[in-house]
Amino acid sequence: MIPIIFVMPIVQLIVLVHAATFEMKNIRMVVVDNDYSSTSKKLVEKFQRSPFFIISNRTNSYKLAEEDIKNGNAEVVISIPENFEKNLIRENKDKLQLVVNAINGTSAGLINAYSISVISEFNKELAGRNGKPAAAIISQKQINTFYSFWYNPELNFKTFMVPGILVLLVTIIGFLLSGMNVVREKEIGTIEQINVTPIKKYQFIIGKLLPFWFIALFELAFGLTVGKLLFNIPMVGSLGLVFFVASIYLIVILSMGLFVSTITNTQQQSMLISFFIMMIFILMSGLFTSIENMPSWAQTITKFNPVAYFIKIMRMVLLKGSGFAEIKTEFFSLLFFAFTMLSLAVWRYRKTS
Amino acid sequence: MQEETENIIYVRDLVKKFGNFVANDHLSFEVKKGEIFGFLGANGAGKTTTIRILCGLSSPTSGEIKVAGFDAFKETEKIKRNIGYMSQKFSLYEDLTVTENIRFYGGIYGISRKEIKVRTQILLEKLKFEEVKNTLIKDLPLGWRQKLAFSVAIFHQPKIVFLDEPTGGVDPITRRQFWEMIYEEAHNGMTIFVTTHYMDEAEYCDRISIMVEGKIAALDTPLNLMKEYETKNMEGVFLKLARNIE
Amino acid sequence: MKRFKGFVIKEFYHIFRDVRTMAILFGIPIVQLLLFGFVITNEIKDAKIAIFDQSKDNITQKLSQKILSSGYFLLEKNLNNYNEINQSFKEGNIKLVIVFEKDFAKHLEKERKANLQIISDASEPNTANILVNYTIAITNDFLKEINPNAKVPLQIIPEVRMLYNPDLKGVFMFVPGIMAMLLMLISAMMTSISITREKETGTMEVLLVSPLKPIQIIVGKVVPYVFLSFINAVVILILGKFVFGVPINGSILLLLGESVLYILTALSLGIMISTLTKTQQTAMLISMLVLMLPSILLSGFIFPIENMPTPLQFICQIMPPKWFIIIIKNIMLKGVGFAYVWKETLILFGMMVFFILVSVKKFKIRLE
Repeated sequence: MIPIIFVMPIVQLIVLVHAATFEMKNIRMVVVDNDYSSTSKKLVEKFQRSPFFIISNRTNSYKLAEEDIKNGNAEVVISIPENFEKNLIRENKDKLQLVVNAINGTSAGLINAYSISVISEFNKELAGRNGKPAAAIISQKQINTFYSFWYNPELNFKTFMVPGILVLLVTIIGFLLSGMNVVREKEIGTIEQINVTPIKKYQFIIGKLLPFWFIALFELAFGLTVGKLLFNIPMVGSLGLVFFVASIYLIVILSMGLFVSTITNTQQQSMLISFFIMMIFILMSGLFTSIENMPSWAQTITKFNPVAYFIKIMRMVLLKGSGFAEIKTEFFSLLFFAFTMLSLAVWRYRKTS
Repeated sequence: MQEETENIIYVRDLVKKFGNFVANDHLSFEVKKGEIFGFLGANGAGKTTTIRILCGLSSPTSGEIKVAGFDAFKETEKIKRNIGYMSQKFSLYEDLTVTENIRFYGGIYGISRKEIKVRTQILLEKLKFEEVKNTLIKDLPLGWRQKLAFSVAIFHQPKIVFLDEPTGGVDPITRRQFWEMIYEEAHNGMTIFVTTHYMDEAEYCDRISIMVEGKIAALDTPLNLMKEYETKNMEGVFLKLARNIE
Repeated sequence: MKRFKGFVIKEFYHIFRDVRTMAILFGIPIVQLLLFGFVITNEIKDAKIAIFDQSKDNITQKLSQKILSSGYFLLEKNLNNYNEINQSFKEGNIKLVIVFEKDFAKHLEKERKANLQIISDASEPNTANILVNYTIAITNDFLKEINPNAKVPLQIIPEVRMLYNPDLKGVFMFVPGIMAMLLMLISAMMTSISITREKETGTMEVLLVSPLKPIQIIVGKVVPYVFLSFINAVVILILGKFVFGVPINGSILLLLGESVLYILTALSLGIMISTLTKTQQTAMLISMLVLMLPSILLSGFIFPIENMPTPLQFICQIMPPKWFIIIIKNIMLKGVGFAYVWKETLILFGMMVFFILVSVKKFKIRLE
């Protein structure tokens, strides 16, 4: 167990943080340039210089390009038609085609956004260089948009993921350890030994809970250190607040684990049930995708998901520096869960069969 | 030659080495048809290794071994058809019912379905198990399970049955009943090869061998052994042998 | 053959007797698909925003109206000073603040330009990025409306075509991913547990002493799980098609054939794990850690492999689910034939042979 407790956080943090990323780079693009003019070459060059794209292939036939997508050798095709430059000069505009492999909808959306931003920048350059319509531009009304990204100006995806993954980590460890615990004693038979003692039900459950509670809090501290050292995640808010909330949150998770443990007969069952519950909690926690994007019935369900609350609190406190006043709704919900789950675990644990 | 047909198990100079460790050091013994042969020894004396070789689970390093007339080097599959085996863990499936366990074990020994039905009926009557035939094994008391495990191990009517500490953790009355079952089978001509921890049980055997550190330290009828070592019970024989080694 | 049949029947009993496990095995795919299909989405709609309008003229009102009626945004509140921005973000309810400068309309009329500031909460970087882009796009549209006669400068207009998944539905990704993950879970984890369980209870010894050949024992253990996994695969495909409209463009036969190959690969992996471990608990932990995490994260299920750092990409290559996901995506969504997936098929086949060889070797050593 010890190696699992120590090795898992490091491996998970490193692997998860690097693997769980939508940060797009090196999007493989196939260029079908049927114009082969200086404008089309410049546009392609612009894509090539962008950090997001690499040109994986150039061809004259759209068919061959689509073959690359079919083979999985490219994600996007840019197809520049014949007489592109001519039309552009004569009619002031022309169309080109972008074809995106959209099986992964999220990636496709981002690829699309990046491509369009490259093209619109290119449009601006063209307009500026040609100078011709300058007068027209001035006579037009313009709105200059300035945008800023607060709390994470470089849009670093890791900053976003690390606090969430830390929650995942303590949750999995806490839930699995406590979930397997009582049922293991049942399988081995040592539980009988305890049941013949005059110990009270709540004493037993709390006694079971405490060691895991310490282990999990220690995990959290360990994980935060690794996160700070390896990924330099920001810690704007109070760490004391983080641990205070965590200590309540862990009571929820561990009680839930013990509850599962009391209702099952074998470790295998407990493992499967824990896995099932965790999967739903984690997927609906807003770890990978925002809760705001879910349909409203699902958002209602997440009101009962402690993982979602804790992830939200972690992100708010660590990244934005929110204080207790801003997180009190979430905090009291957690407190309520802690009380309910603990009572449930104590109630369900039977000293007599 | 006459002797050899009677000897259903024939072992000469059996040696089994694991690397440098000699688990069985030149064992030689015979077991006659219909005999109850007790195989005794402290934990780690090499009993399990010998049983595994005789059952064809493990191949010997050297020696001449014949079980039911088949060679333990080359003909292990033929040996397996002629033996039954019951381990200390009872080896019944807890999530299957009584009849399902019987049907399963009968099936893997290739007994026809019709025959299985007939024999199951006889067996259930004999054990007075008709009422529990559709009960899961895990809901049966330990003593019942053990009787059933033995019946299942001999369900395909093997020539020899190997019992590896079959009575561990069972109450004296059930043990007594269990040995009655063993006697009955031996009387019908089945050879019983049994290992045990209980010295009183050793006295039920026709002959016993006592293994100490990979060797057979003594082999005779219980009565002769007690005479030879001048004690009143097998416990004494065993203690004296152990002391000799030290 | 008769012996073998009895053995397989026994294995089915083991599975069907454990109702809870059965329920979970069949419940997981359904719940997961529903979750992924309906809940897990990156589509942005109704993002809560705040507006800090220092001008309050008819232009800012019109633009605000346009932004709010786009369907992407929902007005949470109006702000009255800069300090409120930070406070609102800290409370965590809004994602974006739009700031109109003072005398917005006046500037636009007299100086022909006005300033608009967009501040986003980038603690969720992707959402922030997308929201900012939407806002800019809406503003540009608005500009066209208030400059009706303007001559457009040189313009390249990209026409975007989304191949295979024009509505950018998340389920298109998740159906292949869930199949890969679940088949791995059921096949590998369940077999490895079921074999180690026989070792723990001691029944394995008895089986080995019987005339059943070791290969019959192993194959007998595996057959029920092939069956279960196959049913699960079909359930997932049917749900995907009829509930979520994920098409099966390629040959169904080829798809099912590849699924069987993948199931067999996962099963041989499970057998290998069980020959290497002694207790159920270790078998389970290894299965969970070695199979679950990677098959979700390192298989391209949710996160594209191309975005990962090179060492991780290398690890991804040895994950069977990665190859299976490529295969089903190709057959189901791209609708291509065997010519496009033979390489991946061969790799899976090679992995299966490797697992079997290792197991056979280990199994013999253990018997000695």
